[in-house]
Amino acid sequence: MTALTHALGDSATMVRRQVKHMWRYPSVTLMLIGMPILMLLLFVYVFGDAMGTGLGGDSGGRAAYLDYIVPGILLMTMATTAQGTAISVAMDMSEGIVARFRTMAIARVSVLTGHVVGSLIQALFAVTVVTGVAVLLGFRPSAGPGEWLAAVGLVLVVSFALTWLTVALGIASGSVENASNVPMPLMFLPFLGSGFVPTDTLPSGLRWFAEYQPFTPIIETLRGLLMGTGIQDSAPLALGWCAAIALASYLWAKRLYNRDPSV
Amino acid sequence: MTPSPARTAVAAAGLRKSYGDQTVLDGIDLDIPAGTVYSLLGPNGAGKTTMVKILTTLIGADEGRMRILGHDPVREPDAVRAGIGVTGQYSAVDGLLTGEENLRLMADLHRLGRRAGRRRGAELLERFDLTDAARKPAAAYSGGMRRRLDLAMSLVGDPRLLFLDEPTTGLDPRSRRGLWDIIRGLVADGVTVFLTTQYLEEADRLADRIAVLDRGVIAAEGTADELKRRVAGGHVRLRFDTAAGLDDAARLLGGRRDDEALALQVPGDTGVTGLRSLLARLDDAGIAVEELSVHTPDLDDVFLALTGHGAGDGAGTQNPPVHAQRKAA
Repeated sequence: MTALTHALGDSATMVRRQVKHMWRYPSVTLMLIGMPILMLLLFVYVFGDAMGTGLGGDSGGRAAYLDYIVPGILLMTMATTAQGTAISVAMDMSEGIVARFRTMAIARVSVLTGHVVGSLIQALFAVTVVTGVAVLLGFRPSAGPGEWLAAVGLVLVVSFALTWLTVALGIASGSVENASNVPMPLMFLPFLGSGFVPTDTLPSGLRWFAEYQPFTPIIETLRGLLMGTGIQDSAPLALGWCAAIALASYLWAKRLYNRDPSV
Repeated sequence: MTPSPARTAVAAAGLRKSYGDQTVLDGIDLDIPAGTVYSLLGPNGAGKTTMVKILTTLIGADEGRMRILGHDPVREPDAVRAGIGVTGQYSAVDGLLTGEENLRLMADLHRLGRRAGRRRGAELLERFDLTDAARKPAAAYSGGMRRRLDLAMSLVGDPRLLFLDEPTTGLDPRSRRGLWDIIRGLVADGVTVFLTTQYLEEADRLADRIAVLDRGVIAAEGTADELKRRVAGGHVRLRFDTAAGLDDAARLLGGRRDDEALALQVPGDTGVTGLRSLLARLDDAGIAVEELSVHTPDLDDVFLALTGHGAGDGAGTQNPPVHAQRKAA
């Protein structure tokens, strides 16, 4: 029991540390939010009209495309935040402070849970801001309170999984430079799924990949919750993927963190 | 393994560690009484940091037995961690937080509680002369300030055993002296200190016992005086009034002459008996000595004599072998 309360107390201390970092250096958070907003503006105002018509919906055009891509943009927001986590984990590991934590009688994993929970807070904030911008641009979700709640839950679950993945990548990368590059594919996966165009418009090889990669069911579930499109089996698939990614990444990160650091 | 763990802070036998086929530590034995300063002296690459990492539970040893404050660091790492403080070679402060926040972070992790934590933080800031910089981010601190904050953070939990891994490397002489004073103050409070250093003077000034670590083995161990006595590096320097006197003495005693200063360096026994017989020989030969001085070896001599190479001569060092050059001159 005391072991658990200690672990919780230490993790809370580490979360406070992360929040202080974010609070003191808001430029990092702003950059993480700015990137998906830029993408949103680019896609809506540059490609939006042509793409919206291609969707073949009843209204078509820019407004329809905005509604279509917001879930993908939100997933991209979560991916960017997770990338920020990889960088801050790598920075931590390269500094002496983590060596200090390792020589203290504290719950070992609290360093990592501090990063994960801090990153979840950041992701929730970023997703809220990006959604707000989308609404200002004319995004009109059809979700009721229940759907909104479910959407927030999904955002947390996805961010949780992605963050554990990038925590592991951050440790494995060995340097801040690598850590900022390694999670890059996460940024592109929404493009190679149903984030920006329906998968049935893709050439066959790519379509096969897009339909089976984890981001597609996540985007479809989020879109279904927000816009009332069909979810079908996307929800269990999305949750299954998240659980698998989170568990595997957690175990990987923990093993990496607990191994003997080299000289 | 240790009869009275309360009186022995660190005990180790046969510690070995290698990375691949490179042996870093090759059978180290330690026995450090509580309340003393023990210094591991050696050049870069001798294995000092690896030793500290093993004793502070950061990495495991390949072989050997240890007791730190009466606990086995492999089986009960948290019991060891609860009693130690570590200040490594590289600053272990959170550069994004202020000095005050760094100390509060440590206080929270030591579960001191809000009020006690604040009090302890303020006390340490005061003691380490950081009160003025308390609200600045640690990244903006100078090297000396960072090192002081680092040490202050190690002390938040009131450790009984403090590991200092090259605490003054890279500091200017004034900061170094300041840190030495702080370390002496800690020892006066009863803290056991395990200090690694590549500075012979530092070990000489601070340590009760010194172990000379060379390429993974302890080449010699003892008090500074004991180590110096083990070296036949002492000499007697004689100065004469006239060149004739110098010539006569050089013919009689050998040694190294310094014609400019009219002086002669005679190596050998610098004890009372040796001096008496030296003076008797000079007297018998009727040579007048203007001035006589006795030079006992310093730790530089010790290092050279014990390891066969200079202190700056170890593997992987960037320092020029200053000592070896001086010896050769």
